Amino acid sequence: MAGVTNSVASHTANHVASGVPSSSRHRDYQASPATREAPWVRYTLLTIALGFFTLFLLMPLFAVFTEALRKGWGVYFAALVEPDALSAMRLTLLAAAIAVPLNLVFGVSAAWAIAKFEFRGKQFLITLIDLPFSVSPVVAGLIYVLVFGAQGWFGSWFGDHDIRIIFAVPGIVLATIFVTFPFIARELIPLMEAQGRDEEEAATVLGASGWQTFWRVTLPNVKWGLLYGVILCNARAMGEFGAVSVVSGHIRGLTNTLPLHVEILYNEYNFAAAFAVASLLALLALITLALKTYVEWRQTATLSPESREQAT
Amino acid sequence: MPTLSHLITRRHQVLPGFGLTLGFTLVYLSLIVLLPLSAVVFKTLSLSFAQFWEIVTAPRVVASYKLSFGASLLAAGINTVFGALLAWSLVRYRFPGRKLVDALVDLPFALPTAVAGIALTALYAGNGWLGKLLEPLGIKVAFTPLGVLVALVFIGLPFVVRTVQPILEDLELELEEAATCLGAHRWQIIRLVILPALTPALLTGFALAFARAVGEYGSVIFIAGNLPMVSEITPLMIITKLEQYDYTGATAIALVMLAVSFILLLVINSLQGWSAASSSSTGGRKS
Repeated sequence: MAGVTNSVASHTANHVASGVPSSSRHRDYQASPATREAPWVRYTLLTIALGFFTLFLLMPLFAVFTEALRKGWGVYFAALVEPDALSAMRLTLLAAAIAVPLNLVFGVSAAWAIAKFEFRGKQFLITLIDLPFSVSPVVAGLIYVLVFGAQGWFGSWFGDHDIRIIFAVPGIVLATIFVTFPFIARELIPLMEAQGRDEEEAATVLGASGWQTFWRVTLPNVKWGLLYGVILCNARAMGEFGAVSVVSGHIRGLTNTLPLHVEILYNEYNFAAAFAVASLLALLALITLALKTYVEWRQTATLSPESREQAT
Repeated sequence: MPTLSHLITRRHQVLPGFGLTLGFTLVYLSLIVLLPLSAVVFKTLSLSFAQFWEIVTAPRVVASYKLSFGASLLAAGINTVFGALLAWSLVRYRFPGRKLVDALVDLPFALPTAVAGIALTALYAGNGWLGKLLEPLGIKVAFTPLGVLVALVFIGLPFVVRTVQPILEDLELELEEAATCLGAHRWQIIRLVILPALTPALLTGFALAFARAVGEYGSVIFIAGNLPMVSEITPLMIITKLEQYDYTGATAIALVMLAVSFILLLVINSLQGWSAASSSSTGGRKS
């Protein structure tokens, strides 16, 4: 099941958006005897927790970079500038460049309809939007093979017109759109619901057009949440493996994205090159986490004055 | 799109754009998600029930369910224990590098699964940092079902931490203070005050980690070894059938997986409802 990720991520945004002051984050639990454990308990728990963290999260991360540089910087850079690697980079960027903007337009549009209006079937619609998160990436790839593959519903029509979808770039783009489908919508819906429609209604009553209201009132209010969604959506779009693997056909230099290129190099026992390309993706993950942390921090900073007003 | 406006339940609508945005949402949702997903159902309908049953209960496929569900349950259980401990440490204790640890907990969300897969394999293979320590003890992790478990633990950890953490942060300290005044021992407080308040979040985190683990592919296939009847996961069975151009077989197994995901989605939704309700009753601030 492809990340139910965002129900967790949006939990954080929800927390921020609902205007709950996060004063609890700064509480000093060790000051009061009522919320304090004996030092030996504290250190034991900390050691176990951080040991687990190191074993399962830190060590794999370090392993990527160590393995990548095992044969030196020369081999490392050679693996990155090799033509197949470059074409994989181009395809990964292309898939993300199409999938992210499309899902951005969808996310904004869905959030506007869901957050600013009351209509029947709203909860059901939200569940449907979440659906791609709970579908295994392999199944996500399979459904496009069933629709567009040679024996699929539209396969013969596209075949007659000499258009290839599956085992070609369009299939990769479609699978990427599917797995990143809910990210931005799931981020924006709770945020825009929490902000209500008073400001937009005031703008409309004062004579602003729908577009003016959106650009000048709604967008500035949700920009950090929007950015948060875009960052997560982009990370997934560039890193997706299972779904893309099913529709790609693994044609070197043509239908390989970076994660698929890693797989091919690895299966050819070209470990240094596989880890060199993987280290690029690991860097992308670290940049994603850094940006995400920054956006969370900005989101809390911009919202806290308001939430303090609400609290008083 | 005037046909959509009859759905609206609130009269005197001031804001524009309902028809346009809902219309676009429904069209896009149908084209990208609903229509392709329905293909799984229609394709399976071309099979008789006996044929369908034969495919989804073939011994090799059943072995894959056992591994996928067994390892996912175990991984979600391990994550619930250690994830809760990690969330507790992040909220309650101050230690150097806490912010960094907090940010890195999301690594499994951000790191492409293929990268996680080869990194874990490199660590646990016979010549890897951890494999070297474990193999003399007779524990083989890479290319065995144990490897599948390790990959699923990696993938599921943030789900538990991120569901438990906000609930812990919002927990009322007054409850613990009151319990202390009434003479409760620290361990009794944790067991009788804190743990019950965390239960819905722990179950939600468990279910989220489990749901993710069942469908996971990328991080598992490298470390699993993929031996038939031993270390093949269910998503891999779909891939295997596809590679043999057995689209109907692949689709039948996909339908089983979709049904499981759908049930899990419903369970998670109701757990999250319970979690939200109970956190607003026990941990909620008075306004």
